Order: sequence, then structure tokens, then C-alpha cells
Amino acid sequence: MSKVRKVSLARLDEFFSAIAHSERLYLPVDTAAGAEYKEWAEGTKWSDALNTVRSAKDFFFPQTENLMDFKMHEKQIEIIDTRRETEDFVVFGVRACDARAFRVLDNVFLAEPVDTYYQNRREHGTIVTVACTRPVETCFCGTFDIDPANADGDVNAYKTEDALYLEAKTEKGEKLLAALTAVTEEADEKPVEAQKALIKERMARLPLANLRPDAFGKDKTSEFFNAPEWKELSESCLGCGTCTFICPTCQCYDIRDFNTGHGVKRFRCWDSCMYSDFTKMSAGQPRLTQMERFRQRFMHKLVYYPTNNEGLFSCVGCGRCMNRCPIQMNIVKVMKKLGGGKQNG
Amino acid sequence: MDNREPLMPTIGVVTDIRIDTPDVKTFRVVTPDGKKAFEHKPGQCAMLSIPGVGEAMFSITSSPTNEEYMEFSIKKCGCVTEWLHSMEVGQEITIRGPYGHPFPVDTEFVGKDMLFIAGGIGLAPLRSVINYCRHYRDRYGKIDIVYGSRSMQDLVDYQEIINEWEKDAGVEVHLTIDREQPEWNGHVGFVPNYVKELGFDTNKVAILCGPPIMIKFTLAGLIELGFDKTQVYTTLELRMKCGIGKCGRCNVGAKYVCKDGPVFRCDQLDELPNEY
Amino acid sequence: MQEITREALVAKASELFEKGVVDRMLGWKKGEFSYDVTPGVFTSMDEVNKDFIWDDFCGANFSKYLLKETAKTEKKVLVFLKPCDTYSFNQLLTEHRFDREKVYAVGIPCNGMADPKKLKELVDGVSSVDFEGDKVVAHTLFDGDKELACADLLPDRCVHCKSKKHVAYDELLGSDGEVLDSGRFDEVEKLEKMTPDERFAFWQGELSRCIRCNACRDVCPACTCEKCVFDNPNSGVENKAAANSFEEKMFHIIRAFHVAGRCTDCGECSRVCPQHIPLHLLNRKFIKDIDAFYGDYQAGEEVGSRAPLVNYTQGDLEPSEAVERGNHHE
Repeated sequence: MSKVRKVSLARLDEFFSAIAHSERLYLPVDTAAGAEYKEWAEGTKWSDALNTVRSAKDFFFPQTENLMDFKMHEKQIEIIDTRRETEDFVVFGVRACDARAFRVLDNVFLAEPVDTYYQNRREHGTIVTVACTRPVETCFCGTFDIDPANADGDVNAYKTEDALYLEAKTEKGEKLLAALTAVTEEADEKPVEAQKALIKERMARLPLANLRPDAFGKDKTSEFFNAPEWKELSESCLGCGTCTFICPTCQCYDIRDFNTGHGVKRFRCWDSCMYSDFTKMSAGQPRLTQMERFRQRFMHKLVYYPTNNEGLFSCVGCGRCMNRCPIQMNIVKVMKKLGGGKQNG
Repeated sequence: MDNREPLMPTIGVVTDIRIDTPDVKTFRVVTPDGKKAFEHKPGQCAMLSIPGVGEAMFSITSSPTNEEYMEFSIKKCGCVTEWLHSMEVGQEITIRGPYGHPFPVDTEFVGKDMLFIAGGIGLAPLRSVINYCRHYRDRYGKIDIVYGSRSMQDLVDYQEIINEWEKDAGVEVHLTIDREQPEWNGHVGFVPNYVKELGFDTNKVAILCGPPIMIKFTLAGLIELGFDKTQVYTTLELRMKCGIGKCGRCNVGAKYVCKDGPVFRCDQLDELPNEY
Repeated sequence: MQEITREALVAKASELFEKGVVDRMLGWKKGEFSYDVTPGVFTSMDEVNKDFIWDDFCGANFSKYLLKETAKTEKKVLVFLKPCDTYSFNQLLTEHRFDREKVYAVGIPCNGMADPKKLKELVDGVSSVDFEGDKVVAHTLFDGDKELACADLLPDRCVHCKSKKHVAYDELLGSDGEVLDSGRFDEVEKLEKMTPDERFAFWQGELSRCIRCNACRDVCPACTCEKCVFDNPNSGVENKAAANSFEEKMFHIIRAFHVAGRCTDCGECSRVCPQHIPLHLLNRKFIKDIDAFYGDYQAGEEVGSRAPLVNYTQGDLEPSEAVERGNHHE
């Protein structure tokens, strides 16, 4: 018996409504600046735009989050643990690149000692991916061996002309689909196979289809660190950090205190290695120029991270930086320039 | 939900504040019920904070063999340290740790002659190791300590040095200051030069800590004396926020100084990009 | 399509490099897909021949890059300036931000640029683009070729182009144009006609998308402080995370105030905003008000001009009157 379920596109609202009935549902919605994840409510229209402006990492590693509170009494300090068990939620419409990014983030946040804020959300979140039938020119997930037809979701969905086909990939995914039998129906695997074939054919036609990361990876620090190309690549970098904010795998953060007048909130927020104050100490600054900061970001994605994570790259080829960088510099240009003759595509 | 959150600190009470130099104070910290906040090994660090001011990483100055309390020698140089310097005994702070790899006191150092070389506040992380070695005196060979500062007043732990360290058998302390002072009878000159003048034999491990420029020239001096980089250890200082290898701040090459350091052997440092 | 060809610019660069007048050149570097042009520095003709590009996607304004590049050279930096870039150039000179003697400025005419954001809104999966007269042909991955008009891709700043006239150059290639009246305050007027609540809702909606990357500040030719207040840890406003929903607005409002009277309306802020926030409208409101209160003034029109906000004349508006007139807008 096929494990595939389907829901006709005409009945999508019922499907979303059924999910939202038991847990919070987030999905991409069109906005003036492109698609963004929003909570589903009656009337919300799902956008199948390829990529959201900000990645899905926000659900597990939000831009800002409160870590704990403090109350100060004379010389005494009271530490208040503000953590609460997260309620179950579903993120629908995640693309294969973003789904892989969770693995990249897991390697950081779930490594000992475990970050409980991240772990809490990760445990309660169910990911429904949607296969990319219309990739665009800036897509290069294939470079990192990501298959948009077979994503790392709890449920993988495939959209055809008239229906959404759903396939559970994990226990969490099976649980979600089991709760949705009333709004889905049993389906044949054939349309899914046809979609997979179509995606494969389209991926092969992408302009970056032949870009390979093989020149980079584990233990290549000395090979690239002093490359003369860094100067040219970074010379017009504004140091704005847009790339790090929209990147699904960038995970650097800052911890700060905010005095509310009634106590102190200690919060965490995204930070960027592209910023000059990232490494600034009262005693000195190990990365003096933008060249060094720029180099750090790409060396981390292409060399340092793979060195620490069995060769896994910290880029998933989503192409967001290719669309949003104010000076149109991006990791593809870096790979091509530094990888020299070893790069194709 | 897992209850052990590594970023969540505990409370520490400052029970004693010692003025070491015009800009260094040593703070004694215990838990509210008078115990040590946690056990550590020499060279490890802890995150101290004053909520509302900030959190910062400091090396633990006291030896693990001290069973009653921890000490932190802290130089005034930024927001958090200024606040710490202005507080009074009885003040609570927050503390979490221990962080990082310690000096290999129970493995590679055992049975060796030890040469400690420190400049200025660089003595702070070494004091933990020195007192550990003094406590387990028979595990180690001869101990030489070369310590220099700008002036006599800037020598951290001066009383402990002259009242305790200098009196130990098999421990030789070589103090130096940068410029002549009327009340100073000891050596005058920079640490790297003094090390070369003293001319140690190379059958020992050297442990270096101080300002980057001092480390650079002292290491060169040691190599001139015939030391191999595998015999020389140092401890790095970079900006840190999480202390657990996640926030990305102290990332140098594939290493995170908070987690993989702060103690490095000098040959290991050569494998890192020069960004520390 | 642009009046001057790439070849003409390359020939000019070649002449200046050969004569030893310049040893570096600020120019646009070609990208992967025709539209992703990167501003860069060329230090030899080899590099120029290989990577230099000039077409409708070359929107980046190089004036601010001159601060860094002029400091590096003993000779001159060659820079190509479109008409609107020349205003930023002059404004920076007025503020003594770089040495004029270190620059060889070549004015080039501009027929309006193309906005990659608009291209992507209209066409999916663009593999390359060709310009043919006032037409654009976008070659796509899965939908064949799509023909568009250049006008469809004009960024807002070009739709409301303030001037085709170069106000600074050492040499001009092609023809010079005129200062234009293309209704650049129309949108500001629309905002002024809103009720305060509507206007607040408008900006709330736009600015709520801000991710505080500060790209607008980083690219702005009027933002040349050595150390920005928003980068100063002691300022109390440095936080990368907003403490409340007003913080993003505060950043943009403070920035608009700071560049008031110095902003030439080059539109770089909106061009680089990754969240497509129409930031230039804040600055235009200031320009419009300054024009109304103190008489027409265009920052960067002449080097050394006294801007109304740093000048006093007896005919100046009394502050109370400004408030009165401000209220009148409501």
C-alpha cells in the first residue's frame, strides 16, 4: 500500500485549517518584499514562492529571544529562569535547502553542551517541506548534494497541477499525517515519481548545476587563508551583514542585557562576523579590516565548519545572498574565484 | 525540556577584595552557602557577570587545590571590569563555568621542570598552575618563575610571591620591571630579554602568558635558547559571549578558543590562522 | 540601453592607465547572470578587459568608494560618474571627505538604470539579459525569452530622475543633459495627504521589515562618520536587536535627520535595502520641507555651497512658523 496521501489544491484551506486546529501552523505568505513566514489563520493564502526572504531558521533560532531575567535587590541578585516548554507547531512550505540548514544548525546547537532554547523548539517543531518544481538561476543546492525532490523534512510534499502529495519521512511526520486522514486521501505514488523526475531534469538545467565544492572542505585552512583573491573579493563589501541575517546556516549570536527599569532581561540576538565589533575587545582587535571579516565568513562556511563536521558544508545553496547582497557579492563568486580551475559551472 | 541550560549562571558572592596593583584587584567568590561554585582545572575560565552591565570571561586565578573558594585577578579595562572594580564585599555576581581546556598538569607536565613566564596581568592564569604545582610539589621538577611588569607597583600577587613562592624549596622566582625605580633592587628590563639573560636549559616545559608582543618576543627568545615549540604552552584571550563554542566570536580557524583553548601548545598555534 | 558603450569607457581607461594619470579605477564588475554587477577596483587594463562591464545594471554610485581609494594612491583614481553620482561627489567634496586632486572623474550620460529586484518580480529564472534599444530580452530557464521595456525595470529613483546634468567631472563622454522636473515629490505628497494614523501605519508596515543590517547607512554617501553612533557600544542604542518595535523607526528617523540638508537624493539607500523599504521617501520629505521653508536647495549642486540648515539668513523661517506650517500638512 502506498504511504502517500494527497489533498486537492481546491481543499488546501481545509487541510491548513485541520493542522491549525491542533497546533500553530506557519507558512510562507507574499509581502511587499517577497514571501515571509506568517502564522496561518482563516483566509491566509500560502505562497509557493521559491524562497522566503528570511530563512526558516527563525523558528528555532529567532533573531532575538529572551534567555533569562534578573531581579536586583541591593547586593543580591535573583536569577529567573523564563524558559517555558514550547507548544507543538508546524512549519509548512520549507524548501530542501532550508531543511538541510537545520542539520547544519543542529550540529552547533545540539552538540554538548546542548542549547536548551534551540532544542526545545526543535523538538516541538514539525517540518513539512515542499519540493521545488521551479528552481531559479540562483539555486545551487545540488552543489552540496541536496536533492530538492527528497528533502530532510518530517513530511515531504509535492505540488502538482491539482493536488499536494504528502509523504511522511519521520515519526513526527507520520504522526502529523495520521491526524490529518480526514482531510487527505490515499494516493498513488506515480504523480510523486513524475514530479521527482521533472525536478531532476530541471535541476540539471540550472546554470550552477556543475558548481562543485570539492576544492574546499576539511583541513583546507592553509590552502585558502592567505589567498590573494580575498582582497579583491572583499574590497567593496559594505560590512552590512545582510548575508548573515538572511542565511539559513549563519548562527553567530550575541548575548546582551537590557535594563527594563524593573529588572534586567538577558537576551540573545543574531550577530555577524561581518561587523567590526564582533571580535573587538578592550585589549585589541584580531580582525582589523573588512577583508579579514569577509574571509572569516566564507572560510567558516567552506573550510572551518566542514573540518569540525565531517565534511558537511555550512552552505545549502539557497541563493538568498545572491539576491540580497547590496553589492552582489556572494558565495558562488567566492567559490569560483578561489577554487580557480577546480570549479565548473 | 532539559533543565541544564549552559548559558544559565548561578549566584556567586564576593567575600573578599584585594587591591593588587593600581588597576588589578583580586576577588574571592563563593556560592551563597559558602561553597565553591564548581570544580575546575588550572587554566580554565569562568563567565562572570553583573546583570545589566554584561558578562565576560575571566581565567580562574586560584588553584583547584583551594577547597574553600575561587579567586579572580581582574584588570580594569572595560565596562564589566570597571563595575567589578567599583563593587564592595558582599556583592553578588553571577558565575558559570568552567570553560575550556586546562593546562596538562596531570599528564604532560608530570615529572618535568617547569618554567613560568608572565608579563603584567598575564600572571593571573598562571597563578592557578603555579599553586597547583606547588601543592603537588613532588610531581614536578624544578620550578622557575620569570615575572615582569611595568613597575614594582604593577606586579600582581607581589605579597604571595615574596612571602610564599620565593620561600619554597626548588622554586626560583626572577622578577623584573620595565624601568628603574628608587625602591627596587631587583632586575630591570623587559621579560623577553631577561629570559635570554637567564639562559635556561631546554629540558623543561615553558608556560607563557602576557601581552601579545611579550609572547611573540619571548617565544622567539626561547627558540633561540633551543626550545622546541612543542615544549611551550600559552593561553589565548579573545572576545567571548557563550563560552561553549557556539556564538562564533572566538572562532579562529577550525578552533573555538573558549572550548578548544584557551590553552594551546605553541606548535598547535602555528596550525591556526594568525587571527588571535 | 545606455548611450555610451562599454568599449568607449574601456578606451578611456586604457588611455589614462597608459599615460600614467591613474593607477586604479572604480568600475562595475560582471557577475554570473548579467544583473548581479559588483562594484570593484581595477588596478590594471588586464583586469578591466576581463571583468569590467557597463550596462543598465551598473547602478552603484562610486562617490563614497573614493574616500578609501584616494587614500591608497599616489596618482589618481579613475571614476565614472553618472549625473546623479556627481551630486554625491560634490557633496563629499563640500564636506572635505577626499582629495579632489586624487580623482580623475569621467562623466557619463545615463538613460536610467535597471533594477534587478523589478526584473525578478516580473520574470522567474532569468539566466541572462540582453538590451536592445528601449527593449530588454530576458532569457529564462524554463519559460523561453521574455521581452520587456527598459521602462518596466526602471528603479523608482530613475522614474523620478532629478537630473541628467553632470555637476562635476574632469571630462565628459557623450552629451550632458538638463536638470529635470520628474515629480519626485509626488509620493511624498501622497504621504502628506494621509492622516497621521494612516501615515504611521504606512511606515510601521514598511519599517517592520527592517533587519537592522545598516546597509542603507553603509552605502550612503552622506553617512561618512568615522564611527557611527549606532556602532558605539557606549551610546546605548547600539543593540543589534530591537528592544521594542519602535527601535527600527528610531534608527531610520535619526539617520534621516542626520543626513538632512546633505542628502542629494541619490537613492542608494533604497537600492541596497534587502527588504525593499522605500527609505528615500524619508529623505525626500526633508528635502521637500527644506525647499519649502528656506527656498529651493539641491545638495551637491555646487561644491562649497552653504546648506540651509548650516546657514543663517535674516529671511529664515522662524521655528514657530515651521511648526505651524508643519501642522498645516496634517
